[in-house]
Formats: sequence, structure tokens, C-alpha cells
Amino acid sequence: MLRLDSVRIQNGSFELAADIEIDHGSMVAVIGPSGAGKSTLINAIAGFIPLWSGNVLWQDQDLGDRQPGKRPIAMLFQDSNLFPHLSVVQNVGLGVSPELRLTDKDVDRIHGALDRVGLSDFCDETPATLSGGQQSRAALARVLVQAKPLILLDEPFAALGPALKHDMLDLVRAVVDDIGATLLMVSHDPSDARRIADHVVLVAEGRAHPPQPTAEILDNPPEVLQAYLGTG
Amino acid sequence: MAYRARAITPPLRPWAGIGAAISVAALVFLSFGAVILRAEGWSGLTLVEWGALRFTLLQATLSAAFSVILAVPVARALARRQFPGRRVLILLLGAPFILPVIVAILGLLAVFGRSGWISTALGLWGLEPIRIYGLHGVVLAHVFFNLPLAVRLILQGWQDIPAERFRLAAHLDATPYAMWRLLEWPMLQRVLPGVAAVIFAICLTSFAVALTLGGGPRATTLELAIYQAFRFDFDLGRAALLAVIQVALAGTAAWVALRLARHEGFGAGLDRPVQRWDTRSPTLRVQDSIAITCAAAFLLAPLAAIVARGVTNLSGLPASVWSAAGASLMVACISTGLMLIIAVPMAAALTSGRRVSVDLAGVLGLAASPLAVGTGLFILIYPVADPAALALPVTAAVNAIMALPFALRVLVPAARDVVAGHGRLALSLDLRGWTFLRRIFLPRLRPQIGFAAGLCAALSMGDLGVIALFADPDRATLPLQIYRLMGAYRMDDAAGAALLLLCLSLSLFWICDRGGRANAPA
Repeated sequence: MLRLDSVRIQNGSFELAADIEIDHGSMVAVIGPSGAGKSTLINAIAGFIPLWSGNVLWQDQDLGDRQPGKRPIAMLFQDSNLFPHLSVVQNVGLGVSPELRLTDKDVDRIHGALDRVGLSDFCDETPATLSGGQQSRAALARVLVQAKPLILLDEPFAALGPALKHDMLDLVRAVVDDIGATLLMVSHDPSDARRIADHVVLVAEGRAHPPQPTAEILDNPPEVLQAYLGTG
Repeated sequence: MAYRARAITPPLRPWAGIGAAISVAALVFLSFGAVILRAEGWSGLTLVEWGALRFTLLQATLSAAFSVILAVPVARALARRQFPGRRVLILLLGAPFILPVIVAILGLLAVFGRSGWISTALGLWGLEPIRIYGLHGVVLAHVFFNLPLAVRLILQGWQDIPAERFRLAAHLDATPYAMWRLLEWPMLQRVLPGVAAVIFAICLTSFAVALTLGGGPRATTLELAIYQAFRFDFDLGRAALLAVIQVALAGTAAWVALRLARHEGFGAGLDRPVQRWDTRSPTLRVQDSIAITCAAAFLLAPLAAIVARGVTNLSGLPASVWSAAGASLMVACISTGLMLIIAVPMAAALTSGRRVSVDLAGVLGLAASPLAVGTGLFILIYPVADPAALALPVTAAVNAIMALPFALRVLVPAARDVVAGHGRLALSLDLRGWTFLRRIFLPRLRPQIGFAAGLCAALSMGDLGVIALFADPDRATLPLQIYRLMGAYRMDDAAGAALLLLCLSLSLFWICDRGGRANAPA
């Protein structure tokens, strides 16, 4: 279980409070108006933004003292999820060993992951030669081999077209199921949430609201969400 | 609850870079300290010292003024004309930076000297040959080196004028004169003081030019006076006094220059002329053609002269030239290695720091007169060891420090981009410290490291500065050996050796730069 215990994040006049629990194995979409702090919330959980107060706990363990790379988290950012000078295999391999010290077993796992995302023919290519969708697949293959129990997505597919994005979300669901992980995914598109998420965390008016079942909140959106969705 | 926001640890810790910076600063300030403590004769500056100060300021002022004034029409022509060879010409404008000074001087002598091309041509009409030694020779050489720099900086100013403004002006049917008054003159008013100040500061500390073309009571710069006090009188007290004056002067000038000149790049993005509608008149066309042709001839003729004269003498070079070339190559390699050991960790440390430190490095680079640092090091070394025996290592170290500001200017922006672009991803994958350095930082920075190494290697290869203070007759770098050949009036050997030096410098630069860029992904 992921627990944000009286978390407050402050940066100048920006402020975000979160006091929520997310069950193990759930798939959660984080939605809300632009600038409300969806990305900030995800980045704070990952350890990139310091907390003003409160604690982030995973399975009742405080993550506050851990470096981002030491947290049980695999994350995809909005962009640059691959190192341009490394091959696809190396990029995925970093998820197993940052020093790229790979045993034969590791290499097999990496190729298995690339196979799983449909990139087995592109192992030795560099990211520049891949299409946008293929780059996303490579990054997902890395998430797969990282096999961390918590997966955070900060809108990594925002630049893809609708059909491709849907493919990616389906692939994300498959990857999350494979690992048995918990997913937190920032999105500004409610249809993403409907497609993949069982719960929604609404971030608005300086607060991250507790998760609610997706259909429930999207069918009867609260006022602040109505304004954002344009259904009000 | 109490504030307990924890800073996020960057993928690279700055300690190595801070250590490197402190070592460099310690070395520079130790030598300055030694110079200050050793300086004698504060009570009365003699006429000689006043003369050196006056001449230093005069030649730097004239050099800056001529470089800037002559650069304006050239930059203007390059900004608004598209012609075959334009890119090559702009690339060539960067070349004087890595051109050994002594080579350029031999080239200038071959063109403007007493028996040079121009004097010979004048002689055909029974006219007196022109005289290159003295003030006008020093200024001529400085303009040769700094005109290209001025053109590049001013061209940058032209290109910073948004294309939309030219379009709007054209839409309003502005004449070339109106265009000048509305857009170009205001830009120049903003840009020129900075350019002039940078060139002024560079010319203050130039040594090799004054050594070869100046001299005598009426054409001695402070830098040269330090050398003379040292070599001819072995008057360390007076050399130190001159060094103190030089450092104060150059430091002030460098500080002013960096205040006035905000950006001084290496000419990125200069190969794009602005589309203009007001430049079709034949008069302007002729005017621009003349500006470009004259500038190209002025820059290329001395190089052509060196190549022409050197080629025939390359095979019969004395053994001393080859051993000096070997020494120079060694110095260049050591100094490049040293520079990288200092500059790369500094660049890594500066990815999270403020700009102040980079600016400081820039001031030190412009201000640190090689001969002043050299004098300080000599004072420090003299009691414990034979300075001549350490001539080559000291030269390599000073060259590395002199190249450092330029290297940082190349490395730091790229290093910042690497950390800004990949830092979070690296951290999320637990790539930190040595692993981050080896897997991400160095590979991503390779093109810039290659370029910086090339600059340092070429600068070091062609440097004629500290070595002149330290060397005894048995030891020389190639530039010093060329100077000795010139002093012995062996001009053919000097020309051959100069061509060798030119080839070696350019090759070193090319190898490093190429090595950095080969197979580098975009």
C-alpha cells in the first residue's frame, strides 16, 4: 500500500496537500486542471521534489530518506526516457544494472522484455532511429525488467496520436499485470482513465483527493472536475 | 511541523570539480602572491616602466579601434550576402584562435616586411619599403588576430536582430540608410563597446607579437618588459613589479570587458544570412564585395606566404627544429591532459552551481598574463630547483590554465544540458557518481570534450610565452625555436619550421575535434 501521510509540498506560492492511501495492485489515474500539481505529486513520490512536511510510505516504510534510485519505483517522464547514445538493449539493461553488468540470465530477461513489447528486431538500434511509439515501447520494456512494485507515469505518451496512445495504455496494463505492480498515472484525458484506471485521484485546488472508483467520479464529476472536463 | 525539505542530491557530486578549481586558484594566487612579495621599487617607477605602460595602453587602444572599425563593413557584408564560400570564410574566421602567433608573424613579415611582397612591389616603382617593426607592426599583427574575432562577434549582433524587423522595415520601404539608422546602428551601439573591450583586454597581455615586432624603448609592452627585466638584467624585483602592474591592469580590463560583452560564442549558427530586401543596389553590392575580398586577402595572404615559403624549406630543417617539435608535442599532450583533468570535473560541478564561477574563470583567463604567472612560478621554484629543468612541465601547466576558461565555456553549457536532460531519468535508475560519469556524462559530452581538447592542444602547441622565461639554450619548444631562428636571421629555416608548426597545431586540433565527434549520436 502507498500512503501519503499529511504530505505538504510547497514551492513559492504553489502549495499541494495530500493525505491519501492507494491499495496495492490498483491502477490509478491522477487527473485535474493544468497547473494543479499532478506532476508535482508524482515527482514528490518519486523523490525528485522535497516534501515540506509529512511522509511518503510504501508498505509502512518511510521513503523519505531514500534517493530516487533506491525507492521501489519505476518511472516514465514526459520526455527523454531513453539515453540517446545507448542502444535499445543498453537502455533496457540499465533497468537491471545501472553499471550495465549483465549476466547471461539478465540478457535473456532483457530480450524477453523487448520481445514482450514487440521490439525484438530493434535491439541494437539507437533511440534516434526509432519512431515515437517504438521509443515508448523501449521505455516500457525497461519498466518491465525493473520489476518495481510501484510504477509512476508522468504523461509519457502525451506526444503520441490517439490510436498509438491507446496501444501504449493497453501495453502498460499488460506490463503492470505481469509485474503485479501498483500504477499511478498522470493524465489530462479522462478517456485514458476510463481505459486503464480502476481509481481516480483528483488533484485540484491545492489538494490531492482520495481515490474514487473511475466510473463513479467521471459519471458524476464534482464541480471542480466539471469545469475542467467542460461538462459543467 | 518543522521545515524539513531535503535537497535532492544531483547525480554528480561537485567535490572533484571544487578541488580542481581550488588547485588552479591556489596556483595562480600563489604565483601572484610571490610576485607581489618580491616586487621592488614601488617608490619610483622609472621612465622605462612608464614608457612600457603607455605603449601597452596605446597599442591595445589602437588595435581594438582598428579591429572594430574594419570589422563593421565585413560583418555587415557577411550578414546580408549569400555567396559560394561564405561558410568556409566564416569557419576561417575562427582559425586565428588556434593559429600559432609566431606563424602568423612570419606570414605578416613575408607580406608586409622589409623584403615582403608589398615592399617589393613598391620597389618596382622606386618607392621606399614599408617598415613593420614598432608600433604599427604590433597593431597590424593584433588586427590580424582580432579582426576575425570582431567580425564574428559583430556578425552575431547582426543575426540577433530578428528577421521580422527587417521584414517590417522592408514593408515600410525603408532605404538602406533608414535601415542603418533604425536597426543596424542601434545594434552596433550596443555590441561594439563590448567587442572593443574584449580585444583591448586580449591585446594588453599579448607577448609574442611584442617580442617579435616590438622592442626598443619606444615599442615595449609591459609583458615584454617583464621578459626583458628577467632575461637581460635578471632583475627579479623589477620583473615582479611590472607583473603586479600588468595583473592589475589586465584584471581591470578583463572585468570591464566581461561586463560589456555578454555573449561571446564560438560562432554557432553564423552560417545563415538574414533575408534582406534593401541590399540589391549595385553600389552596395560593390561595397560588400570589396569589404569581403579585402578581409579575405588580409587574412589569407600571410598564410599563403608561409605555406609558399615553408614548403621549399621543410625537408632541410635542422635537427634542433625536430627535437623542439617533439618537445612541443609532448607539452601539448601533457597540457591537454591536465586541462581535461581540471575542466571536466569543474564542468560537472558547475552543472548545479551559479554562473558566477564561470565568469570568474573567464576573468582569470583574460587577466592572467602568462608572463606574470610565469614570473611568480619562477620566484617560487628558483630557491628549490633549477627552473630551466622544469621549463617544459611548467609551460604545460601554464598552458592548461590559460586554456581552461575557453574549455569551460565549451563544456559547461553542454554539461548543464546533459544533467538537465537526463539527470532525473538517471537518478530514477540509480545511476549516480562514477557510473553516471562513465555511462552518461562523458559519452554525451564527448564532442565538446574533443573540441576543448583540440583548442587546448593547438593553443599549447603554438604558445610562445612562459617557455621564453624558463628555457635555457638546450631546451625549446617549436615556437621558441622558430623565434631563435628568426633572431639568427635564418629566415628560410624559420619559414619551414613555421609551416611544420602550423601543420602540427591544425592536426592536433583536427584529431581531437574529430575524435570527439566520430560516431557521436545526435
